[in-house]
Amino acid sequence: MKQLGKWWKGAVIPVSVLLLWQWASWSGAADPKLFPAPSSIFGDLYTMLLSGELFYHIRISVVRAALGFLLGGSLGLLIGLLVGMYVKVEELVDPTVQMLRTVPLLSITPLFILWFGFGELSKVLLIAMGAFFPLYVNTFLGVRGVDKKLFDVARVLEFSRYKQVTKLMLPAALPNVLLGLRLSLSIAWLCLVVAELMGADSGVGYLIQDARSYVRTGAVFVGIFVFAAVGKLADSAVRLLERRLLKWQDNYRG
Amino acid sequence: MSGSGKLELIAVDKSFRAEKQNHVLADIHLSLSPGEFVTIIGPSGCGKSTLLKIIAGLDADYEGAVLLGGVDAGKPSRDKGFIFQEHRLFPWLTVERNIAANQSLRNKEVRGQVDAMIKLVRLEGFEKAYPKELSGGMSQRVAIARALMQSPQVLLLDEPFGALDAFTRTHMQEALLDIWRNNRATMLLVTHDIDEAVFLSERIVVMDARPGRIKQIVRNDLPYPRTRHSPGFQELRSQVMRALEKQEEPEENWVI
Repeated sequence: MKQLGKWWKGAVIPVSVLLLWQWASWSGAADPKLFPAPSSIFGDLYTMLLSGELFYHIRISVVRAALGFLLGGSLGLLIGLLVGMYVKVEELVDPTVQMLRTVPLLSITPLFILWFGFGELSKVLLIAMGAFFPLYVNTFLGVRGVDKKLFDVARVLEFSRYKQVTKLMLPAALPNVLLGLRLSLSIAWLCLVVAELMGADSGVGYLIQDARSYVRTGAVFVGIFVFAAVGKLADSAVRLLERRLLKWQDNYRG
Repeated sequence: MSGSGKLELIAVDKSFRAEKQNHVLADIHLSLSPGEFVTIIGPSGCGKSTLLKIIAGLDADYEGAVLLGGVDAGKPSRDKGFIFQEHRLFPWLTVERNIAANQSLRNKEVRGQVDAMIKLVRLEGFEKAYPKELSGGMSQRVAIARALMQSPQVLLLDEPFGALDAFTRTHMQEALLDIWRNNRATMLLVTHDIDEAVFLSERIVVMDARPGRIKQIVRNDLPYPRTRHSPGFQELRSQVMRALEKQEEPEENWVI
């Protein structure tokens, strides 16, 4: 009941906007070509769901994002861990990564298309590149943030190097790693949209692009809605994971 | 438990960057028989904590030798348990997992030992609690259990109760004696609290600062359990106090 009460508070603003919008459409104040009424967008959503069109594109998009995220994210985690653990690796790798990090992803998209074509590879690699940096930076930060005093404990208890990683560094860095995970997920999602809008023949981005060229504004809204909903869902999943894995944290809770 | 060996410090000496001003420890000789309870007391800056870190192997920058059971014990090892002033528990592990440390609780033998440790430090019912849910005294007891879990020959305690309130401290001192009686590890405890030293130990090492060195060793043959009000206790108390206050012959004339 308390949970429901909180949820209602969060819903006040979006629901009011929808109602206002609907009213504007009815009264004729909004151009239906640019701002189709929410009711007609829900109608579009319904038909696209029924025809299976929407699920087809969502599945393709989610697979792309997942592949890219797994590739880039796991590399970010691994390299971030190594750079955090060994100063020598940091000196060798970190300057290059920091330099690459400043390159806007949009600017290299054409290059990726030239190199890897319009197929899946260029999209997955673009997403991987986007997902790499947040996990890298935050894992690195997390490892360097491990309480030095706990290493003394690990030495007295004769932890092996492996146990030092699994029993000390990883758990201690976990809050940062999970933050990196969330940021990586949202960037992977963002890169997916970029990749699909630049050129694709399937996926939610393609759906939006295609609907735009036929002025199916309702379908464009549906595509945007899907992007938002899936993104939010993934974010909520990580937050749930955070709540489960970080219940040992003793922090201010507002 | 593994056989206890004698802990010996031979000519332990430490300076920071060879500056005479920073002579932290000068020529420390000390020997602890197995199962003995010794406290080190001294003013701040006398290097007593540094000495403990050297014995633990956490500070490798010194001269001289640390022997345990006749063999060199310069490196950190499970034979030498260490209790820090703060509990230093892993915040992401529950009480039982902290005590098990790098061993798996799925192992039946480990499980049994952990349960025995929890009983020893009287924390039944808190097995699944996280450190954030424990009081200072409870956390320190978990830290002691974690150290004893490794069956150390020597337990090194660096002002372990310094951060606790007076009530909890007294209680913890009794608990520690209780544990010592049951476990019989050699105890070496650093403190700046005279009462604590007299209450706990069989020998009290009084140290002096700049350079840190042993000034006097006071034997304490009062029978356990000790009561703080007894005349014998008060007598030893003043003896330690006098040893602490005693002015050594000045090495140079003071010029004001």
